[in-house]
Amino acid sequence: MTLDLQERPTAAPEAPQAVKAGAFSPRQLLASLPEALRKLDPRTQLRNPVMFVVWVGSVVVTVMAIIQPSVFAWWIAVWLWFTVLFANLAEAVAEGRGKAQAESLRRTKKETVARRLTSSGAEEQVPGTELRIGDLVVVEAGETIPGDGDVVEGIATVDESAITGESAPVIREAGGDRSSVTGGTTVLSDRVVVKIMTKPGESFVDRMIALVEGASRQKTPNEIALTILLAVLTIIFLLAVVAVAPMSTYAGVNQSLIVLTALLVCLIPTTIGALLSAIGIAGMDRLVQRNVLATSGRAVEAAGDIDTLLLDKTGTITFGNRQATALIPVSGVSGAALAVAARLSSLADQTPEGRSIVDLCAREYGLPGEATAAEAVAEFVPFTAQTRMSGVDVDGRSVRKGAASAVQRWTATQSAEIDAIVDEISDGGGTPLVVAEAASAEGAGARLLGVVRLSDVVKPGMAARFAELRAMGIRTVMITGDNPRTARAIAAEAGVDDHLAEATPEDKMALIKKEQEGGRLVAMTGDGTNDAPALAQADVGVAMNTGTAAAKEAGNMVDLDSDPTKLIEIVEIGKQLLITRGALTTFSIANDLAKYFAILPAMFVAIYPALGALNVMHLATPQSAILSAVIFNALIIVALIPLALRGVRYRPTSAANLLRRNLLIYGLGGVIVPFAGIFVIDLLVRLIPGI
Amino acid sequence: MNDTLAGILQIVAMVGLLALVYKPLGDYMARIFTTTKHWRVEKALYKLIRVDPDAEQRWTTYATGVLGFSFVGVVLLYLLQRLQAFLPMAFGHGAVTPSVAFNTAISFVTNTNWQSYVPESTLGNTVQMAGLTVQNVVSATVGIAVAIALIRGFVRSSTDRLGNFWVDLTRGVIRLMLPISFVAAIVLIATGVVMSFHSGVTITGVDGMQHTLPLAPAGSQESIKELGTNGGGIFNANSAHPFENPNALSNFIEIFLELVIPVCLTRTFGTMVRSTRQGTVLAAVMGVIWTAFIAVAWFSEAHPNGPAAQAAGAALEGKEVRFGIPSSILFGVSTTGTSTGAVNSLHDSYTGGAGGITILNMLLGEVAPGGTGTGLYGILVIAIIGVFLAGLMVGRTPEYLGKKLGRVQVTAASISILTMPALVLIGAGLAIALPSTLGALGNSGEHGFSEVLYAYASAANNNGSAFGGLTVTSDFFQVTLGLAMLFGRFVPILAVLALAGSLAKQKRVEAGAGTLPTDGTMFGVLVGGTLILVAALTFFPALALGPIAEALS
Repeated sequence: MTLDLQERPTAAPEAPQAVKAGAFSPRQLLASLPEALRKLDPRTQLRNPVMFVVWVGSVVVTVMAIIQPSVFAWWIAVWLWFTVLFANLAEAVAEGRGKAQAESLRRTKKETVARRLTSSGAEEQVPGTELRIGDLVVVEAGETIPGDGDVVEGIATVDESAITGESAPVIREAGGDRSSVTGGTTVLSDRVVVKIMTKPGESFVDRMIALVEGASRQKTPNEIALTILLAVLTIIFLLAVVAVAPMSTYAGVNQSLIVLTALLVCLIPTTIGALLSAIGIAGMDRLVQRNVLATSGRAVEAAGDIDTLLLDKTGTITFGNRQATALIPVSGVSGAALAVAARLSSLADQTPEGRSIVDLCAREYGLPGEATAAEAVAEFVPFTAQTRMSGVDVDGRSVRKGAASAVQRWTATQSAEIDAIVDEISDGGGTPLVVAEAASAEGAGARLLGVVRLSDVVKPGMAARFAELRAMGIRTVMITGDNPRTARAIAAEAGVDDHLAEATPEDKMALIKKEQEGGRLVAMTGDGTNDAPALAQADVGVAMNTGTAAAKEAGNMVDLDSDPTKLIEIVEIGKQLLITRGALTTFSIANDLAKYFAILPAMFVAIYPALGALNVMHLATPQSAILSAVIFNALIIVALIPLALRGVRYRPTSAANLLRRNLLIYGLGGVIVPFAGIFVIDLLVRLIPGI
Repeated sequence: MNDTLAGILQIVAMVGLLALVYKPLGDYMARIFTTTKHWRVEKALYKLIRVDPDAEQRWTTYATGVLGFSFVGVVLLYLLQRLQAFLPMAFGHGAVTPSVAFNTAISFVTNTNWQSYVPESTLGNTVQMAGLTVQNVVSATVGIAVAIALIRGFVRSSTDRLGNFWVDLTRGVIRLMLPISFVAAIVLIATGVVMSFHSGVTITGVDGMQHTLPLAPAGSQESIKELGTNGGGIFNANSAHPFENPNALSNFIEIFLELVIPVCLTRTFGTMVRSTRQGTVLAAVMGVIWTAFIAVAWFSEAHPNGPAAQAAGAALEGKEVRFGIPSSILFGVSTTGTSTGAVNSLHDSYTGGAGGITILNMLLGEVAPGGTGTGLYGILVIAIIGVFLAGLMVGRTPEYLGKKLGRVQVTAASISILTMPALVLIGAGLAIALPSTLGALGNSGEHGFSEVLYAYASAANNNGSAFGGLTVTSDFFQVTLGLAMLFGRFVPILAVLALAGSLAKQKRVEAGAGTLPTDGTMFGVLVGGTLILVAALTFFPALALGPIAEALS
């Protein structure tokens, strides 16, 4: 594993988000009203079988109300239309949030003029929209990159805030895993040659816009299965209501079409039918708010099903850089003395390792965390490939730290004690830096002081996080290029379930295939071109935005923050999506019981007065009972829009606990809430004259 | 000993006896359908019908086998009845009329045993034994075979093969049905059930008139009638007839026979999926519903709301005094909870509450504990729907026994679930809308409606019991009830086999902490809740206009 000294975000940056992940506000409802009205078009309604039945019912009752006007008929007609409208509203609000995001993205798609290199090497000016795959374009400081591609020449700092919301510039350079650039971002310094990798109109930004707008939204497998079940339930209830007509006639009362329609609308699962697509859109939206783009809803759903997480050690489980974790003096040297020397040697060393040594000395030995005025004049001896050590010369004193062999050569001494310490640190997976001091830069009279241990530091809270994942039934596997011993030590400290040491891309691929053969779903992150096959093979492959175009193409999600720990959040979002769907379905069906108790006695009490006993809510009149049920049925949709958009709260725990909790809230709650709701609505409805 | 105590002891003894045979019989059935060894007699049979017993079938082939075998069964049974005049031991009964022969053929092949004829005056011994009894054995075994195919769908992984229908059928008949029903027949005969090849005995009544009391080979048919959850009586009075069910002991044995295979099949299921708790939880759901329904029905019968019954202290009309209320209720709930349809009392005479329970028991889809095989696959389909609905709430694509429930599985399960309510609601709705129906009703008002609802519930669920009261000899009833039996049997079977096929193709994923546990109390509540909720929501309006209105008045 190479030490990554460049700035790579190690924790989620607090990115200013294009659209605030803000709470749902009533104003959104109002703003979405025109779109909701547009969706009353029957062709739009046809896509949702449950709501289409309500739409037809509304038309039927409206016609009835016109033919035989009555207060009751008109109230029912109006509230049936409200039911349809509220369902549209839910979808429109969910889509509206995406639209705002798409707007801000579209602003990045300005007209650009590209400087294309011809085969002869000359430059020509062409509109950015005319670029084809394989074209080479030159981009210099201050210019906008005309299309997605890879840097093939040069190095530059690029402002990607338009896409990621992250204002700090990033470095893009030819070759390696940091070559990918996105159209619409701006080069801040230097000059690069970019090879265009996408067709116009299919760029990353184009895809993002289509995604957040929901234009390319297709129903996901689970959504389709649920829609089928809801359609079947609708058919059953349609039959039940149709059969009521002759049964009631036999018993002696003809039921009006209005009452039968009201019964039907109350029974079919309108709540979940109305909110189903909003839940899906909101799920995608929650990912976007966390700066993750999924190429399909299917991937979000799959995230909830993940059984195995493959996590790269560096950057995900441990901090990206090794840090000083201990100072081990040789006998005869105090820890404090070693700390003073180690700190001095690292003061001018701006590498993360150097900083970590200063921090350790400050933390554990109370030494100043910054160079004092006296120390600032010290002469810094930088690390070179020849000396393999660094240090300072100050006040006739020289301090050096570096690889054991190099430092021992400098001091011209051998120490068995030092060798023993060095071996022990190496065996434990750490990197030893030997510290020595001398009176002169040449090392005369030098003596070895001790060893600084650099090691991988597991990010705080990771063990707890993995325990949570375990409780959720997810196995974590750490992937590292370290040797097996080091890997085992870190794996044990981090609390992962398994690890893969000295991993090559092929090993990674083999591991994914092995897991999948056992029927398990695998998620992973990756950024390099050699990660691409594994990203494509994984069920959820999250490519880092800093990664190559090949990696981004292969994965089914892109993390704009390039934060590998986000995989865990992605899994949670996937689960939350499925839970929300299940909870609202259960709630919707459980609601029916109360509606029966409201409507059936109202329908039949004239025939069999004994059935009045079923009117447990003591609703005022048959009309008020039926109308109250219909109003409740419509209002509950609006009441649940925030929940559908926000998602049911998810806490990582075992499936058994989750089921118990959600069954209690949404199952039992779904049985009880409508009894209370219909009762309260009836108190108002009974005041309407003519009801 | 008073009645109540005797009833409770009977229920406890029943549960105890079932618990005793649960493991051995369940595991024996699992062995029957998993072993690779063929018996010699079976090998001879396979050679005769030219079947390679080791060649496994896709679900489509398996289904073709089921349909083909059943179709041939209908044709043979129809011909036997039509040609009765030429058969031995016909006792002078001639050819059965076409409509009755057709209805009866469908009824017995679909394991319904709805009887639109009076056996004593219509059928001789040959049709009874070679026709009806044979179908009693094989139609029950077909149900078991389908259930086994579904279990294999759960157990197997990455295959399109579900086993061999002919092998499952042969083994089920030879290793399970014949031995048990043979022993049971002997025991029943020992309790006093008649077994005679004579047409009848002539006696002189107290009025000095000559009566012919028909006899029949009742013992052999009675045992398979109950064991195979068939229910077609060899006498018109069915298990209320003293020759079929002479006393409390024979009554107890018959109820036990109805319940034993459906209950023990849950163990077979658990054993085959290698987690017996999976089966126990289903058995528990069945048991809780069965017990609760008995309690409600018993309470209702003990607290009747008619003046005559109140004067008598209990609803005794239509019951055999040798059984009394508890034994009648025990039989009534068991016969409607299984798909037996035999009766030892007249359900039409039950109170609104108890009559409603028998209807509701069928409207649940007969899963408490259901018919042979049909009960198990019925409750598994309900479990799949329940897991799909609530399973999402654990944040994963719902999975049951390591198989993911997606579009195909939900569609198949939905078709299976949709069939029965559709048939009952359309049938009862149509029937009650016809003016001619009013003339066929034995009662008016809500009770009359219950009779119609019962008839379609019984036919669509392949139960076969009749509420009584309703005259079903008109062409309309013969045809619509016949269709209800046919579709009620084979549409779910096709859906279940398609479901099995789609499940077998999937890989089986081991359960982890993240998967919905399907072997605990929580899951039992979920399945029971789904069952009650789906049935209640579908049939609440219909039940309100019939039994509920009656019970509340």
